Amino acid sequence: MNTYKKLLAATALAMLTGGLMAGGAAAKTFVYCSEASPEGFDPGLYTGGNTFDAAAHTVYNRLLEFKPGTTEPEAGLAESWTISDDGLQYTFKLRPGVKFQTTEWFTPTRELNADDVVFSFERQWKTDNPWHSYVTGTSWEYFAGMGFPELLQSIEKVDDMTVKFTLKRKEAPFLANVAMPFISILSKEYADKLQADGKMNEMNQKPVGTGPFTFVAYQQDAVIRYKANPDYWNGKQKIDDLVFAITTEASVRYQKLKAGECHLMPYPNPSDVAAMKADPELKVMEQEGLNVAYLAYNTLVPPFDKVEVRKALNMAINKKAIVDGVFQGLATPAKNPIPPTMWSYNDAVEDDKYDPDAAKKMLEDAGVKDLSMKIWAMPVARPYMVNARRAAELMQSDLAKIGVKAEIVSYEWAEYLDKSKAKDRDGAAILGWTGDNGDPDNFLDTLLGCDAVGGNNRAQWCNKEFDELVTKAKETTDIAERTKLYEQAQVVFKKEAPWATLDHSISLVPMRKGVEGFHQSPLGDFAFDGVDITE
Amino acid sequence: MLRFITGRVAVMALTFVGVSIIAFSFIRMLPGDPVALLSGERVMSPERHAAISHALGFDRPIVIQYLDYLWGVLRGDFGTSIVTKQPVLDQFFQLFPATLELSLCAITFAVLLGIPAGVFAAIKRGSFFDQAIMGTALIGFSMPIFWWGLLLIMLVSNTLHWTPVSGRISLLFFFPPVTGFMLIDSLISGQAGAFKSAVSHLVLPTIVLGTIPLAVIARQTRSAMLEVLSEDYVRTARSKGLSPFRVIGVHALRNAMIPVVTTIGLQVGVMLAGAILTETIFSWPGIGKWLVDSVSRRDYAVIQGALLIIAATIMLVNLAVDLLYGLINPRIRH
Amino acid sequence: MADTTVPGGTSTESSLWRRIAEFWYYFSENRGAVIGLCFFVLLVIIALLAPLIAPHGPADQYRDAVLVPPYGQEGGRLTFLLGTDAVGRDILSRLIYGARYSLFIGVIVTTIALIGGIFLGVIAGYFRGWVDSAIMRLMDIILAFPSLLLALVLVAVLGPGLVNAMIAIALVFQPHFVRLTRAAVMSEKTRDYVIAAKVSGAGHLRLMFKTILPNCMAPLIVQATLSFSNAILDAAALGFLGYGAQPPTPEWGTMLADAREFISSGHWWVVTLPGLAILITVLAINLVGDGLRDALDPKLKRS
Repeated sequence: MNTYKKLLAATALAMLTGGLMAGGAAAKTFVYCSEASPEGFDPGLYTGGNTFDAAAHTVYNRLLEFKPGTTEPEAGLAESWTISDDGLQYTFKLRPGVKFQTTEWFTPTRELNADDVVFSFERQWKTDNPWHSYVTGTSWEYFAGMGFPELLQSIEKVDDMTVKFTLKRKEAPFLANVAMPFISILSKEYADKLQADGKMNEMNQKPVGTGPFTFVAYQQDAVIRYKANPDYWNGKQKIDDLVFAITTEASVRYQKLKAGECHLMPYPNPSDVAAMKADPELKVMEQEGLNVAYLAYNTLVPPFDKVEVRKALNMAINKKAIVDGVFQGLATPAKNPIPPTMWSYNDAVEDDKYDPDAAKKMLEDAGVKDLSMKIWAMPVARPYMVNARRAAELMQSDLAKIGVKAEIVSYEWAEYLDKSKAKDRDGAAILGWTGDNGDPDNFLDTLLGCDAVGGNNRAQWCNKEFDELVTKAKETTDIAERTKLYEQAQVVFKKEAPWATLDHSISLVPMRKGVEGFHQSPLGDFAFDGVDITE
Repeated sequence: MLRFITGRVAVMALTFVGVSIIAFSFIRMLPGDPVALLSGERVMSPERHAAISHALGFDRPIVIQYLDYLWGVLRGDFGTSIVTKQPVLDQFFQLFPATLELSLCAITFAVLLGIPAGVFAAIKRGSFFDQAIMGTALIGFSMPIFWWGLLLIMLVSNTLHWTPVSGRISLLFFFPPVTGFMLIDSLISGQAGAFKSAVSHLVLPTIVLGTIPLAVIARQTRSAMLEVLSEDYVRTARSKGLSPFRVIGVHALRNAMIPVVTTIGLQVGVMLAGAILTETIFSWPGIGKWLVDSVSRRDYAVIQGALLIIAATIMLVNLAVDLLYGLINPRIRH
Repeated sequence: MADTTVPGGTSTESSLWRRIAEFWYYFSENRGAVIGLCFFVLLVIIALLAPLIAPHGPADQYRDAVLVPPYGQEGGRLTFLLGTDAVGRDILSRLIYGARYSLFIGVIVTTIALIGGIFLGVIAGYFRGWVDSAIMRLMDIILAFPSLLLALVLVAVLGPGLVNAMIAIALVFQPHFVRLTRAAVMSEKTRDYVIAAKVSGAGHLRLMFKTILPNCMAPLIVQATLSFSNAILDAAALGFLGYGAQPPTPEWGTMLADAREFISSGHWWVVTLPGLAILITVLAINLVGDGLRDALDPKLKRS
């Protein structure tokens, strides 16, 4: 009855013996049980992490790359770069001898040059570029979301191997931004060929890049296959084949991992982690995620416009219970709006103590009686909050203890995102954020700045003191100076309590014992550059 | 016969237009803005929002949008997915074989087990076997299949390790799809063990999806058989001393099959509904899962297109069943 | 039951009591149906008395008792007879309260579908002509979609939630009632007693709903039972997919959806029990349905 296992064993044996005969060159296949289908294979078009994993981190490279396991940009396709004194001009020197992948559908005739770089940016930027709307509904969401169209003045090809970017204003995080997956470098030669053949659509289906893995085939909602790129500029990979087995259910991914059907999986169920750690055949990498989950009060609507009321509610919420009940302990209670792994995190800030009695008294002192409110719970699991409804249920029962009646409401995800932006929103909303590039600005200004009221600032909180600090920090290039400003901003935040900061989740990556060379990314990416199996 | 067919086809065309209106207007009523969803937690500026809405044609009058859509459908263009930016019809054809394979296996499973069980129960009417079979059938008929699937995974895959947990075939095997049916493709590929692997992946989903049709067919077969067995010609045949095997196998069964065939045809809709749950549970890359995902992703174009394609499929199958019924049972032909 | 002789119960004058007695005679002959009925009655009692029976509140969280296994298993506690879930709620109590939701769903959905279906069906069957065509084409359109798919999309349109799920399911069930009623009305319309009533000057409304309808009830009652159990199944399926009742409602399907993450972690009770509750309830109702069908009209044996 155990045919399946036998089959695996037999195949493994066949591969092993075949390998021995061929002189130890057995094909090494690495299987990654990914959690969702990629939306497509052109990273510029999408915002989903699984799309970036499937396209940007396998097939493509960027000018700069994040050093594995960090948020620090290092040389990628650009070998070196210089910044002008006014901080407005960035000149990148390209790496010579970088080959594009040879596939069944495209054979490159030249190596990477400045044209490719200019093309990769302009297609997202310039509305008159023929590639700007090459598929229906193209929106270059990330490019716009990071503010590139307003930031870029010009992009020039200085010579074949040099590209110069001119910005309209100073932007401290620019280098980190060009290392982000959405701005992957494509082949202009391939693009021209597709355009000439009238098959522009294929850019999104049959990608060609300079990355460590060459795309082989995608079977929708099931499997993506890649093989190691033999011409990779950073050396050929140790594994021969890379397979993404799309497995949406976390418990199923775990089963497959256990059975040896895959080598590594993202997002385990918190309830399975203890068993994974105990399993001698598996190991679990963990790292504090670059994220935060929060409950944003609507600070424009009474009685939540009163600091005392918000503080009282914060004191009534038992974060420890959320961390235990929702994450089975695999998260840390949050006190600041930015995660502890981020620079400028102010550890001196003291969190509101969990104290229902004091909270109750505080509420009474503020003159609030028989308060009833709504808690908005997100309908989907995100890395920072894997089960918002359960968290809401926990908060609901916490609030009941101080006499606050809470009703849980939820909407479909798009509607939720949209409705929660409204300035007259009734209720406090659970939401969160995962960092894009590791810069505190990406949390503090994006989520709490005055400009973001009615948008990303779900607390509708505009505090002059806070806003000034954050804006000043953005225009400063000196890290020490910026750190100081951000630390101050966190103190103001805590004093004013526009959110109940809930947790920073710990991101866990379970894998087979024999997996080596995998770097857990603080940004939540799954890149398999440099991975090896020794089983 | 020809008039019967043309009449049916005319009604079908009318229904199809109705279906398209329903599908189209439903989708417009969906709350949540698909354009805003493109940016996730990040926020889109109103200008960009307007530009994208315009590019997708959402800002035109609804009637124009509908007529445009219908015109497209008549030319075989069911729209483009907002999320993946791929034509809906392409995606459908990529995923449909998986659903079809699973459904065919499930219906085969149901027929192969259900008809003999029903016949046997009818012959042994009132016996312990009859009661046991009918009792089991009623349990199957009452089964919440999403739970049944979870239970089987928990027992058969997780505890006993007899079958793999999900997917269509082990990842060790890789061959280009020829027919889209994994069972056939694995044989064509000639890779050792591929077929076995495909079969082992199919077992649980087949059982789960086949459970309700199995129960329905068994019950239907039994009552049809009982009815036929009590009719005069069967009694005559019996009294003439024909072997019971011949009586049941040839005379009774053939006539009893008429309502059973209809029942099987009607199971197509049930199958598609079941596929939604079964595929979700087993991560089966087919139409059902695609639909559930699309609903949660608010992919207008996909839901709309898929609703239409599925409705058309069901209508065609129903038509085929009607015609088949007409062939088996000449009495209704006029 | 081919050899049970058809009772001569079609005459309209036979007293109500005689008909009920006769019905009960046939119904009680079916052992399964009686068992099903007993169980169903028990379930109704449980649902009605839930606050008295349930050992804990359905939403009470015992933070020190998260994922406690059922009593009798290692680590089980007597206070949590069937164990607790991921936030420490007593599963037995949630199942007991869940019975309320399931029965409520069944009753409401069946009532809406029945009333709407009868109304449209009688009109279609009585007036025929274009009214009939219009109604039947509309029903064809609904029938062209797989019911669960249509319900799913409808709920997505209306917004997830128990009430919307019920509306969607009721709508999807409509065509069966319309078709049945229409067919029955059409066959009754030409009967002598109808013609007699017409001659004696009865109006349309009276003819439709007072004269004809009562004589078409048998198949409708059987269909209603079937809808009752299907409504529970479909609502649970929607709950399972995340579009039905919303947490923390102790609806069984929603409980299952919440339990899905535990299928590989050995917490079997969280997964097994809500499904078992659905199965047993639906089974009981279907047993009753089979009994009703045999007792009300032996000719209706086909499912």
